[in-house]
Amino acid sequence: MRKLGAVAATGVVLLVLALAGWMRAPLPAAQGGATISGKVKFTGAKPTMPKIDMTEEPKCKAKYTAAPPTDEAVVVNANGTLANVFVYVKAGLPEGYKAPAPAGPVTLDQDGCRYHPHVLGILVGQQLAIKNSDGILHNIKAKGTKNRPFNISQPTVMTSDRTFTAPEVMVPLECNVHGWMHAWLGVLPHPFFAVSGSDGSFTIKGLPPGTYTVEAWQEKYGTQTATVTVAGSETKTADFTFAAK
Amino acid sequence: MISALLLLAGAAPFPISHSPFPVQDTTRGKAVYVKWCAGCHGDGGAGDGVAAAHMLPRPRNFTGAIYKIRTTASGQLPTDADLMRAIDEGLPGSAMPAWKGRLSDAERRDVVAYIKTFSSFFADTSQHVAALKFSGEPSGATGATALKTGRQFYDSIGCRKCHGDQGRGDGPSARTLKDDAGFPIFAADLHQSWRFRGGGSAVEIYHRLRTGLDGTPMPSFSDLIDQKFLTDEQLWRLAQYVRSLSPPEPPEVRDVIHAPQIVGPTPVSPDDSTWARVGRYWFPLVGQVVRKGRWFAPAVTGVWVQGVHDGRTLALRVSWDDRTQSPDSAWLPFEQRVLETVAGDDSGPPKAEPWPDQLAVQFPRRLPESPAGMERPYFLMGSETDPVYQWRWTSSPRKSLAGLARGIDRFDTLPGAVAAQASFDHGEWRLVFTRALATPDTANEVQLAAGRAIPVAFFGWDGSSGEHGSRMAVSTWYFLALDRPTPPGVFISPVLAMLVTLGLGLVVVRRAQRRATARAGRQR
Repeated sequence: MRKLGAVAATGVVLLVLALAGWMRAPLPAAQGGATISGKVKFTGAKPTMPKIDMTEEPKCKAKYTAAPPTDEAVVVNANGTLANVFVYVKAGLPEGYKAPAPAGPVTLDQDGCRYHPHVLGILVGQQLAIKNSDGILHNIKAKGTKNRPFNISQPTVMTSDRTFTAPEVMVPLECNVHGWMHAWLGVLPHPFFAVSGSDGSFTIKGLPPGTYTVEAWQEKYGTQTATVTVAGSETKTADFTFAAK
Repeated sequence: MISALLLLAGAAPFPISHSPFPVQDTTRGKAVYVKWCAGCHGDGGAGDGVAAAHMLPRPRNFTGAIYKIRTTASGQLPTDADLMRAIDEGLPGSAMPAWKGRLSDAERRDVVAYIKTFSSFFADTSQHVAALKFSGEPSGATGATALKTGRQFYDSIGCRKCHGDQGRGDGPSARTLKDDAGFPIFAADLHQSWRFRGGGSAVEIYHRLRTGLDGTPMPSFSDLIDQKFLTDEQLWRLAQYVRSLSPPEPPEVRDVIHAPQIVGPTPVSPDDSTWARVGRYWFPLVGQVVRKGRWFAPAVTGVWVQGVHDGRTLALRVSWDDRTQSPDSAWLPFEQRVLETVAGDDSGPPKAEPWPDQLAVQFPRRLPESPAGMERPYFLMGSETDPVYQWRWTSSPRKSLAGLARGIDRFDTLPGAVAAQASFDHGEWRLVFTRALATPDTANEVQLAAGRAIPVAFFGWDGSSGEHGSRMAVSTWYFLALDRPTPPGVFISPVLAMLVTLGLGLVVVRRAQRRATARAGRQR
C-alpha cells in the first residue's frame, strides 16, 4: 500500500514536471528525444548592479517608470537563481551531425535603449533580425573574432538582417552611442542551446543519445561545464552553480 | 627533409587570391615588415610593437583582419588595393606615415602579402572581397541647398551624438567611446579634414559613410540607403556638408603672422567682428617628447592665430579645437582611460585629475639688436640662463599671467600683466591677449615694434586629456610681424591721378564743343 502511494506520488510529480516543461517550451523538439534540463544557481552576496543614467535619451528613460534601469551583467532572479546564462552542448554530438534548417530569424530588439534579449543563441547561417524599436539612433556592432564584424547605423525604426558563418561563443554586440548597451550572441552549428530564464531554469531538447559536454556561460563569472549522458527520450538534470566574486 | 621542403616552399613566390598584383613574395614581405613595420605593429602583427604603448590611436592589429579604411562593406575584408593605399598614403592624424617613395613598389606589394598572413580570414575562400559600387559625386557640392540638405541629415541620422553639434567631436557619447580593443577613441573633429584617416575629400568621406570604419564606433550607413531611409544623393550631401566644415585646402604653415595696423582701439573680445576681416595662420603643435614627463598623444593638434595692432596695443587671437571645457567631471573617466592607455615616463600610476585647459604664447625677452643676430632662446620654454617671456592663460581659474619661463618647471610671474578674454563655443576655444606694444620693463618684457620679426611660439594643454606641466603640445619658433600702416599716399595718388585725368578730359571735350558751336554759328 505504502509502496503504491509512493509510486503514485512520483507519477504525479513527474506529470507536473513534464507539464511544466511542456508549458515553458511549447515548441516541438527538433530531432532525437533526450532532454537536458536544470537550474543555474547562485551563491554568495547578490551584487549591486550600477544604475544606468539615460538622461541623454529621454525617450528611453521614460520607459522605466517603476525603477531606474540597471546594468544586466548579473541578473539574480527572485528565487536566487541566475538569468541570462547561456547553456549549450559544447561537445559530444555524433560525427557528421547535421543541424536542421533554422525555422526563421532570431530577433534582437533595441527597446528602451537596451537589448532584448540580453543573451541569445543562433545557428550558423540563421538570420539575425536586428530591430530598432526605439526610433532613436543606435549603432549595432558585432565584435566576434571567428566571425567577421559589422557595425550598422540605425537612426530610425528599422530592421537589419545579418548572418554568422562560424560557431562562436560568444559574439559581443554593442551600441557605441549608448555605452551601456551590450548583448551576447552564441553562434552554434546545432540547436542544442538555451538561456536560463527568470526562474533560472533551462531546457535543451531533442538530443540524440550520447555523452555530452554541456557548458554554462555567464557574462561576468565565466564558464562551467558538466558531462551528461542521455539515452532514448530520457531527461537528465544538470545544475550549475556560480559563486559571487 | 620536410623542413627543407617547407623552407623552399616559403621562399618561392606564390600568388595570393583576390590579388590584382601578379606576384607577391611573403618572404621578402616579411623582411620589409621586420625592418620597417614591426617596431609599431609587433613581430606577430598584433599591433604591440615596442613603440605601440606610446601611441593613441594604437597601431593596427593585423591578426583580426579588421581595417578602418576600406572600399568594402562593413565587416568585410579589405581589398589588396585598400591595404596598398594605407601603406602608400599613410593614415593622416595617426603615427602611420606614407611609404610611397620610401619603399619600392615591389616591397610594398610584398609587405601587403605578408600582412595578410597574420589572419586566417585572408586564406578563407568563402570570404567575399569586393569593393562596393560607389556612385559618382553629384554636382552642386558647395551650394547652399546641398549643404542645407547635408546638415539636415547630419542631425536626423544622429552624427551629432558623437561628432557634436558643430562637428568638433564633442557630442554627448564622445567621452564613452572605445575601439574594439577597448582603447579610448576620439570622435573625429570634422573641422580638420586633413587629419581624416581615409582622406579628407567629399568622395573619401562618402566612402567612409558607406563602409564605416571597422574596429571603431563609426558605423556604415549603407543599410539606410538599402532601406530607403535616405537616398544615395542625400548621403552625398551629408559628405559634402562634412567636407564644408574644414577649410577648402589643408592649412599651409607659414612662418610669419602678419598683424595689420587698424584704426584703434584694438579688439579685446574673441568674438569682435574685426577678426572676421583679419587673415588667420595655422601652426601645428606636437607632443612634448624632449624632456622627461614626455607626452605622445597631444590633444591640441594646432592653433589658428590672428593679430592686429593700432600702433599702441597688440591684440593676438589664438583659437583651437578642444572637445571639453576643462575641468569637466563628466570627462574624468575618459581622461583616466587615456592616461592608462598612453604610456608615459613619469613615475607612479596615472590618475585622472580635473586639470584646466591652458595656452601659452612665448617670446624672447628682447628682440635682437640687428636682424643678423637672430639667436633665439631654447624653444622649449628657455633655460635657466636664457629665459623666455610668456603669456599664460588657464581656463580655471580663468586668468592670464605674464612672466619669465626658465625651462618647463620654472615660471616667475612679472608684475606687468597681459589682458586676456576667452570664449568656449561647441568645442572651440577663442582667446584674445592684449598688451601695450611698449612697456616700462624693457629688460624682461618683449618690446613689440612694427617692422620687426618678433619670434613667437605656442604651447597648448587639454586638461581633460590629463595634460599639465610637461605633458603638453608644443610648437617651434615662428615670427610675428606688426605691419606698418600703408602710407596714405598709396591710396590717394591713384585717386588724384584719376581726378586729374578726368578734369583734363573734360577741358578737352568742352573746348571741342565750344569750337564746334562757334563754327556752326559762323556757318549759319
